[in-house]
Amino acid sequence: MEFLNLVLIAPIADMIEYPSFLAEVVFGGLMSGVMYSLVALGFVLIFKASGVFNFAQGVFALFAALTLVGLMNGTMPFTLEKSLPELPAWAAVIVTFIVMIGLAIAVERIVLRPLVNQDHIIMFMSTIGLAFVLEGLGDTIWGSEVKALDVGIPTGNFLIGEIQIQIFDLWAAGIAAFLVVVLALFFQYTRTGRALRAVADDHQAALSVGIPLKNIWIIVWSVAGLVALVAGIMWGSKSGVQFSLSLIALKALPVLILGGFTSVPGAIVGGLIIGVGEKVAEVYWGPLVDGAIENWFAYVVALVFLLFRPQGLFGDKIIERV
Amino acid sequence: MNIKRLGIGVLTGLGLTTMVATEIAIAAEQIFVPGLVYRTGPYAPNGIPFANGMQDYLTLINERDGGINGVKIVHEECETGYNTKVGVECYEKLKSKKPVTVIPNSTGITYQLIPKSYKDNIPLLTMGYGRTSAAVGSVFPWVFNFPATYWSQATAVISYIAGKEGGLGSLKGKKIVHIYHNSAYGKEANPTLKVMAEKFGFDLTLLAVDHPGQEQKATWLQIRRKKPDWIFMSGWGVMNQVAVKEAAAQGFPMDRFIGNWWSGSENDVLPSGGKANGYIAATFHTPGGGTPLHAEIKKHVYDKGLGGGELSRTGEVLYIRGMLNHVFVVEAVRNAQKHFNVKVPNGEQMQWGYENTNVTAADWKRIGLPGYPPIKVTCNDHEGGHPVLFQQWNASTKTWKVVSDWIPVMKDLVRPLMEADAAKFAKENNITPKSCS
Repeated sequence: MEFLNLVLIAPIADMIEYPSFLAEVVFGGLMSGVMYSLVALGFVLIFKASGVFNFAQGVFALFAALTLVGLMNGTMPFTLEKSLPELPAWAAVIVTFIVMIGLAIAVERIVLRPLVNQDHIIMFMSTIGLAFVLEGLGDTIWGSEVKALDVGIPTGNFLIGEIQIQIFDLWAAGIAAFLVVVLALFFQYTRTGRALRAVADDHQAALSVGIPLKNIWIIVWSVAGLVALVAGIMWGSKSGVQFSLSLIALKALPVLILGGFTSVPGAIVGGLIIGVGEKVAEVYWGPLVDGAIENWFAYVVALVFLLFRPQGLFGDKIIERV
Repeated sequence: MNIKRLGIGVLTGLGLTTMVATEIAIAAEQIFVPGLVYRTGPYAPNGIPFANGMQDYLTLINERDGGINGVKIVHEECETGYNTKVGVECYEKLKSKKPVTVIPNSTGITYQLIPKSYKDNIPLLTMGYGRTSAAVGSVFPWVFNFPATYWSQATAVISYIAGKEGGLGSLKGKKIVHIYHNSAYGKEANPTLKVMAEKFGFDLTLLAVDHPGQEQKATWLQIRRKKPDWIFMSGWGVMNQVAVKEAAAQGFPMDRFIGNWWSGSENDVLPSGGKANGYIAATFHTPGGGTPLHAEIKKHVYDKGLGGGELSRTGEVLYIRGMLNHVFVVEAVRNAQKHFNVKVPNGEQMQWGYENTNVTAADWKRIGLPGYPPIKVTCNDHEGGHPVLFQQWNASTKTWKVVSDWIPVMKDLVRPLMEADAAKFAKENNITPKSCS
């Protein structure tokens, strides 16, 4: 009876007794969810267009953030001496995006093109290799120490009633929302967007109707590079730019399971559900088991959804024709 | 033709045999000090300066003194990536080279190596980390964790807080939160903190943060609700940087936020810029690079182009700590060489060398770190009970400044806990405690 009280009644009673704190937990969860969605978006874009689960997406974010900080600090690649002019944040963002486009071209030429029409698992394995190569390359070019990143996003907090709102979180939410709107419009209403979806359905069929596969892959990996850059900026601003930044990919996995691998809105809604679910679980049920349950609880939430919708909340329905 | 081939074969065989014999002879005349380091992986930003400090001190001894009492030191690194399994593989790979000691460089690896130490007779030096109760030398004869342990550190932190609050009696009713890395390392201080919470009457909240610690919103929501008077953190890597940023974002006063000695390096505060100003951290050595030892490192290592990293970073906290590890190894080798009249001590001789470590004020001056408090290790006390300093971050000068005296640890409180835990370990593992009388 006491066990039931601890597990079921006490946490709910706590929520009812202190609704403003519950609201703050939910709001915090939503804001964390937005950050997860930013990472998940990169996975979705590449999977949607090429059917490849890009294991290297977290490392893409790290590489983009390393390049951005290096440019802002005037660091000479490889030598790590601060002998170049320091670029302002906006210029560094543009140059970094160009670097990410260059990276997308290199990935298409060196990794993807030789593997056209190979099984998806082979493409997936190649992205694992890509992750390790890119991580090593980032280390060699930019060094491995922790770097502060400040692109001018406001920080601090304010109160609405008793609820504390972090200004940085609001910016993250705004940026994520903007990205989603742009990407959704791009996929739905542009020729390139439609071509991307055609390539995702069938490489060979897309080629046969004249869609240039190599260009499409370069475009989609470049857009994923842009998303990685935004994710790298937001996460790097929180923790400093360092190699553990690549582990943010782990936070995207339950989001993808829940939201589906092919849905941009799914990445957002999935992120929000995971964010709120894990925060509420950690705050109200975590103390019963000495805490730190949020990481694995996110997967519990995702797996429960998976039981009912294997393709995820917004994923394309799986139809196998016999 | 056959005779010619035979001749070539014999000569080649003789040559190889001579080379191997020479190699063995050279090895017998060299002191092998392996380094289980992590220059890669998510914790590399901390592992690199640490490994550089370890490497540079041995280079200094070789370059300046021709080795320890003239015996050259061979240092070989093995990359663990701060991964326990890989660390154990490194140990297994290197132990055949007869190391004088092994420094596991991780509490997780230490826990795995402790059972092996009884069979392999290789002393483990776990300076400021690892299993706290290994300080009881009669049960853990091969593990040395001086100059201080997590449990002792926790008592010094509470003493520091008490000093700010007006004495130990003023702790009653105060709210203290311990945020800890959810690992063997992070949990180490919890038992001591619980005992002290009961004894001194403060309200203790324990909040775990999962590896790697990039996302801590739930933790900080709970802190906001709890409104603690003080926060103590046992973090590592990115967890520290995020925590400092979250504290700043919430407006928690930095001079009431205390990191343990693995949460108090430059890496932990620099990403927060000015907002980390005032953050406090425990340490068992002074910060900064102005010591005579640093001057020697510059002259004999960096000026010759032999440095492991950059000269400008030799004053960083983790570099100094890495260096200090090998300071103690070298002192233990010296003890063993002198006592047993050998050039290269074996495991048992090194054990004696550690057990008779007695670094006096004069020794610290000789080493190049004047002002450090003396450390005396014994057969049964492998911790030495070194006092703890507190340093505060100055964000404008980007330097740590010592803001306390050497604060003694509560040995009377910690030692019985250590002995109880060690006795339990001995019982569970059928270990007959060594006589230290």
